[in-house]
Amino acid sequence: MVRAPTANGVIDGGRDWRDSDVTTTLATWTEEVIELAGTSVQMVKGGTGEPLLVLHDEMGHPGWLRFHEALSQEFTLYIPSHPGFGGSKYLDWIMNMRDMAGWYLEALDDLAIGRVKMMGFSLGGWLAAEMATMNPDRFEKLILVDAMGIKPPVGEIYDMFLAVAKEFITDSIMNPEGTAEFQRICPEEPTPEQVEYWEVAREQSCRLGWKPYMYYPALPHLLNRLKGLPTMVVWGSDDPIVPLSAGQLYRDSIPGSRLEVLNDCGHRPEVERPEAFVKVVSEFLSG
Amino acid sequence: MFIGHFTERPYQDPKSGYFGATGLSIKDLTLSNESYDAQLGSDLYNRYLDERVYAEEVGFDGIMLNEHHSTPFCMGGVMNVEASVLARITKRAKIVLLGNVLPIWDDPLWLVEQLAMIDMISRGRLVSGWVRGTARESVAHNAPPHYNWERFQEAHEFIVKAWTTPGPFRWEGKHYQYRYVNPWVKPYQKPHPPIWLPGVVSRDSLVWAATKRIPYIMLATKLGPTKEAFQIYHDTAAEQGYKSGPQNLGYLWKVHVDETEELAAEVGRKYVQGPSNPFLAGNEGTQNQALGRLPGLTSRKRVLPTMKAATANRGGVEGTSYEEQVEGYSIVSGTPKTVIPKIRHVLEELRPGSVFFWDGDGAMTHDDQMRSLRLMGEEVIPAVREIAKELELPSPFEVDPATGEAIAESPKGEAVAQPS
Repeated sequence: MVRAPTANGVIDGGRDWRDSDVTTTLATWTEEVIELAGTSVQMVKGGTGEPLLVLHDEMGHPGWLRFHEALSQEFTLYIPSHPGFGGSKYLDWIMNMRDMAGWYLEALDDLAIGRVKMMGFSLGGWLAAEMATMNPDRFEKLILVDAMGIKPPVGEIYDMFLAVAKEFITDSIMNPEGTAEFQRICPEEPTPEQVEYWEVAREQSCRLGWKPYMYYPALPHLLNRLKGLPTMVVWGSDDPIVPLSAGQLYRDSIPGSRLEVLNDCGHRPEVERPEAFVKVVSEFLSG
Repeated sequence: MFIGHFTERPYQDPKSGYFGATGLSIKDLTLSNESYDAQLGSDLYNRYLDERVYAEEVGFDGIMLNEHHSTPFCMGGVMNVEASVLARITKRAKIVLLGNVLPIWDDPLWLVEQLAMIDMISRGRLVSGWVRGTARESVAHNAPPHYNWERFQEAHEFIVKAWTTPGPFRWEGKHYQYRYVNPWVKPYQKPHPPIWLPGVVSRDSLVWAATKRIPYIMLATKLGPTKEAFQIYHDTAAEQGYKSGPQNLGYLWKVHVDETEELAAEVGRKYVQGPSNPFLAGNEGTQNQALGRLPGLTSRKRVLPTMKAATANRGGVEGTSYEEQVEGYSIVSGTPKTVIPKIRHVLEELRPGSVFFWDGDGAMTHDDQMRSLRLMGEEVIPAVREIAKELELPSPFEVDPATGEAIAESPKGEAVAQPS
C-alpha cells in the first residue's frame, strides 16, 4: 500500500482519507502510446470490468490517484491524454473544443470498446458534454465533474492564464493542507518534468478555451439532446474555479439529469473528498 | 548611422503612491485605472509630443514610438494615433513605429489603412515595425497567445500583399479571411514603408527577420548577449546567401546627457523611478509571473542569449541596480564629454547601423528631457555621426539591408537602390 504524505508531511493526515477505505496499490494500471484517429495517444488503462472513459482536466492526467484505484475495482478505466497533452501528439487542425470532441468520437471508434460510460473533469467535463451532444447514443452514462463549458449564470470561470500552474491548482482546492493527495497533484517542489507537463497542458487548454473563455455559448441548448442519456453532474459546493451555478445550469439543461453537490469541497471532489466522490460515482454507474 | 529618440511616455502621477522611489511594489496588471487623472493625462500626451517635435529640431533622424496596453509605464496604447499627429506636426524625421503588435489585431486591414495614411500624411516618413507584444498585450486585447507567432507571420504577409498588390483580391488564410481587399489608400513609399523588427527574447522572430532581410532592433539588452544575438542574425543571413551588416541591426538603450556630472547623476537615477515599470531595471515594479508564462506566447525553448539578461534586468528587488546598469552601459548618463566615449564603446562592441537613445523616462521631468535634447543636438549627435563614419556603420537608409548595396538619394528625397 502506498500512501502519500500530506502538505505538512503527516502520512494519511487528510480529513477524507483518515477513515477512508480507498487504498492505492501498485501495478494495477499500465501506460502505453497507441495510434488513434490519426495521432499517437498516451493511454493509461487499469482495472477490471466494463470500460469507463475518464477525460482529464486542463492540467492533464494527474497520475493514478486513489479514486482511480477505487473505481478500478469495478471498471476498466481508460484515461487518454488528449491530443497535445502529456505524451499525446498535438493535432494542428484542432482549434477549439468542438474539433477536439469530433476527433475523440473517431478515437472511440478506433478503440472499439462499444457504448461506453464517460466521466470528465473540469475541461474534460466540457469535452465530455460536447462529445455527448454530438453523438448521445454512443454513451451509456455520463458524469460531469465541476465541468467547464457553459457560461455560469452567476460568477465567472477562474482565469487560469492569469495564474501560474501551482497557484491555479492550489486555488482550486478549498483546503489544500487538509487534502491528503494535494502534494501528489501539486508537489511543493515540482520536478522540471512536472513543470513542463503543466506548461504543455496549459498551452493546449489555451488553444481550446481562450475565447470565449472555457465555454461554448450554444452548449446549454445542445444539451437538450441528452434526454435519453443517464447523466449525473457532480460539483464541489464551493468550487472557486467553475461556480456551482454552472452545475445547476448543466442539470437544468440536461433532461432527467441530477446534480450531486459535495459539501466543504472546491473544484476537485475526486481529490478533496475521494470517499464521498467514489461512493456517488459508483452508485450512479452501477445503478 | 541612423539616430533615433525614444521614450516610453510614462504616466507620471506624483500623487498616485506608485510614483517615484516610494518603495511601493506594483505588480503588473494589478493596478486599477480608477485613479487615472484626465487633466494630467492630457498634459502628458501633449508634453511628449512637444518633446518629439524638439527632438526633430535638434537633429534626430527618427522619432521612435512603441505600444503597450493597460499599464501606466507606457501611455502609447494606440501608438498609431501619436504617429498620425507627428506625421503632420513634424517635417523631416522618420516616424519609427517599433512596433505595431500584429497578433493582437483581429482585423489587420485596419493596419494596412492606418499605416498607409500615416505614410501619406508624413510624405513617406513612416518606418513600420512589428512586434509580437508582451503578455499584457494579449491579455488586454484578449488575443490568443498560442497563435501569436502564426498570426504575426500571416498578418505580415497579408499587410505587405495589401500594400503592394492591386486589389481587389481575396485572402483565405488560417487566421484571417477577407473576400474584398481593396483599400483606397496606398503607402507613399514604394514598394512599401520599410519594415523593422524590434525584439528581446524570441529566436524565431530574429531568425525570421534575418530570413526576410528585415532590420532587427535589440531593445535595451546587455552588451554581451546582444552581440551573440546579432551574430545569429549574421549567420542566418549567410545561410540565406546575403551579406548582412550594420544596416541590418539597431540598438536601443538608455542615454541621457546633462549640463554637469552632478545633475546627470541625479537625473540618470530617475530612470529607475517613476511609475513602476518592470522593464525599467532596478525599478520597484514587479513582473507578474503569470504573464511570463502566458501559454504559447513565445517558444519556451527557442530563446535568444539576451532573454536571461532581459529577465534579470526587469524590476523588483531581484532586478539590476542602477549602479550595475551604469557599470554595464545599460544606462549612460553624463555630460557630453563623458557620454560620447561610452556611446563609442557601445558602437564598437555591437556595430549597429541604427541607434535609439531612450531618454526622458521614469521620473524625468520635461525640463530634464529638454536639457538633454538640446545637448544631444549641440554635441552628442554630431560626434556620434563622426564616430559612425569612422567605424563604417551605415544605416538602412544608406545601405540596403536586403542587398548590402549603397542607396542614393533621389532628387525628391526618396531612397532608391543604387544600380551596381
